[in-house]
Amino acid sequence: MTDQTGLSGLVDRAALVTPPVVARRMRGLSERAIAWLFITPTMLLLLAINIFPLIWTIRLSFTNYRANRPNATMLDVGLANYQSILTDPDVWAAMTVTARFVFWSILIQTVLGFTLAWLIDKKFRSHGLWTTLILLPMMLSPAVVGNFWTFLYQPQIGLFNYVIAAVTGAPASSFQMLAQVQLAPWAIVIVDTWMWTPYVMLICLAGLRSIPDYIYEAAEVDRASPWRQFWSITLPMALPFIMLAVLFRGIENFKMFDMVNLLTGGGPGSTTEVASITLKREAFEKWRTGYSSAFAIILFVTVFGLANIYVKALNRVKSR
Amino acid sequence: MTGLATAHSVVDPSPLTKRIAATVVIGYALITLVPLLWIFMTGFKSPSDAIAYPPKLVAEPTPEGYCNLFTTRTRQTPEYMAKLPPAASLCDRVSRGRNMVVAGPSNYIPRYINSLVIAFGSTALSVVLGTLAAYAFSRFKVPLKDDLMFFILSTRMMPPIAVAIPIYLMYRELGLSDTRLGMILLYTSVNISLAVWLLKGFMDEIPREYEDAAMVDGYTRLQAFFKVVLPQATTGIVATAIFCLIFAWNEYAFAVLLTSGTAQTAPPFIPIIIGEGGQDWPAVAAGTTLFLIPIVVFTVLLRKHLLRGITFGAVRK
Repeated sequence: MTDQTGLSGLVDRAALVTPPVVARRMRGLSERAIAWLFITPTMLLLLAINIFPLIWTIRLSFTNYRANRPNATMLDVGLANYQSILTDPDVWAAMTVTARFVFWSILIQTVLGFTLAWLIDKKFRSHGLWTTLILLPMMLSPAVVGNFWTFLYQPQIGLFNYVIAAVTGAPASSFQMLAQVQLAPWAIVIVDTWMWTPYVMLICLAGLRSIPDYIYEAAEVDRASPWRQFWSITLPMALPFIMLAVLFRGIENFKMFDMVNLLTGGGPGSTTEVASITLKREAFEKWRTGYSSAFAIILFVTVFGLANIYVKALNRVKSR
Repeated sequence: MTGLATAHSVVDPSPLTKRIAATVVIGYALITLVPLLWIFMTGFKSPSDAIAYPPKLVAEPTPEGYCNLFTTRTRQTPEYMAKLPPAASLCDRVSRGRNMVVAGPSNYIPRYINSLVIAFGSTALSVVLGTLAAYAFSRFKVPLKDDLMFFILSTRMMPPIAVAIPIYLMYRELGLSDTRLGMILLYTSVNISLAVWLLKGFMDEIPREYEDAAMVDGYTRLQAFFKVVLPQATTGIVATAIFCLIFAWNEYAFAVLLTSGTAQTAPPFIPIIIGEGGQDWPAVAAGTTLFLIPIVVFTVLLRKHLLRGITFGAVRK
């Protein structure tokens, strides 16, 4: 996202307004000196740990380098890595798995999160307490939680299967959540939903709270039905917030690694092999560093491109 | 809008609507809490109770899970066991019931300490650097300010695994692999975008007149920053610190790829606690519980700042 009116404009319009420089007698350090003194450490750290490695990744992506053989000769292979990634059916399979995972998790979390926010906004007694309790899962470590869910999902002894069996009447062992090809992707969607619905809920709640009361009062005066009020006021005015939640969740879900690695490790077969898992396998198990660097760059460009297009759409909705 | 509970007004839902809303929300909250409660309860079960079918809601509580988490044990012959002096500790007594003796401490505490050192170290560094940069961005004319701010934000978009490849190579050259310092620097670089953006939002809300007044009184710019602006920004700094802390505390991908022993944190360690014949679930549950407790406490303490933090301050009135 290079578009300056994009996310940064959306996130903080105040940042764009620079104060007039007031001529003032300087004492101590000049303002310019302080500004540089304050910003430089952050920039140096980011250059060292983000930009330099990024440039290094780009460089490696054109080579056949292998990190487990640092002394082997490094050959320039031109665009061969990119070419083989874009024609590799496994890569496309991983991208499809990722896309489906992102789609279903976000769809379910958005509907659920918005509904919860809308109900919480009714301000029943003790809603603050229950809101805080709902927020707990998203504050926890995805890895530690993912690991524990493998216990809950155990076909014979797990709590999840016990409850499902009690509800459906089928034997508990017939649901191999993490081992059955049809169920494993849903097992991950369920944990992701459990963990991140509160996040969507919180942003939606902010959206609902930002709607001024006078609009509803005017609607009451016009005798608009509650149904009509929901579709004409609540939903459209909360839409930019819902879209913001989708953006943040989308970026995170696209990068998702921890939970999948611990729940299924990509299996069974490659049914839950999301892009990050493929990337980890190529980079840290097969040690194809050059190839995986190219893959990393492709993923990065994909996230940037999609996020940029999305932010443009979001800004259009906002300015409506 | 910084709090979750803001005063609403005239358009108040009917009591029936409120009751329905309360039922659904409380129902969802209770379902959400079941896995957490189950983790907590499993920590106090015996290994056989933990894997009983049907799952045991009520079980005799035992410290075994915690003992297995904190110690390593060796199996001994009955003859050896018979000659032992009386058990010195609770865990020793529990282990002897299973024909084992405590051999020494486990790696959990060192891993937990690594988590603490790395999380607090990177938080302190992120907050200090972030506060300085945020102040400069908030108050001064910085060339290419918007580009720099956007660049800082964009560093969060790379998947951790993708960043891990070059970091791995670089750290290997610099001798930073598997060191606490390496992890502190890495987590700081990830957290700093959040810190700068959040803190800039807070700083923007502190009126400039405060500093102007201080400077009229004879303070220099730097003195005004330290004596006037910083105290005003305390809430924001605390909220930012808690978010950085939660991220660094929970991080797994970098930890599992870049640390193997001395600097390993708890998240990669907990899943590999193995007992006799597979994962020792009560010990895993105990380790998980102890690991989650600080975060649960923080969540309750910081609930009023949550919104601001998770949205980069994008959502506010």
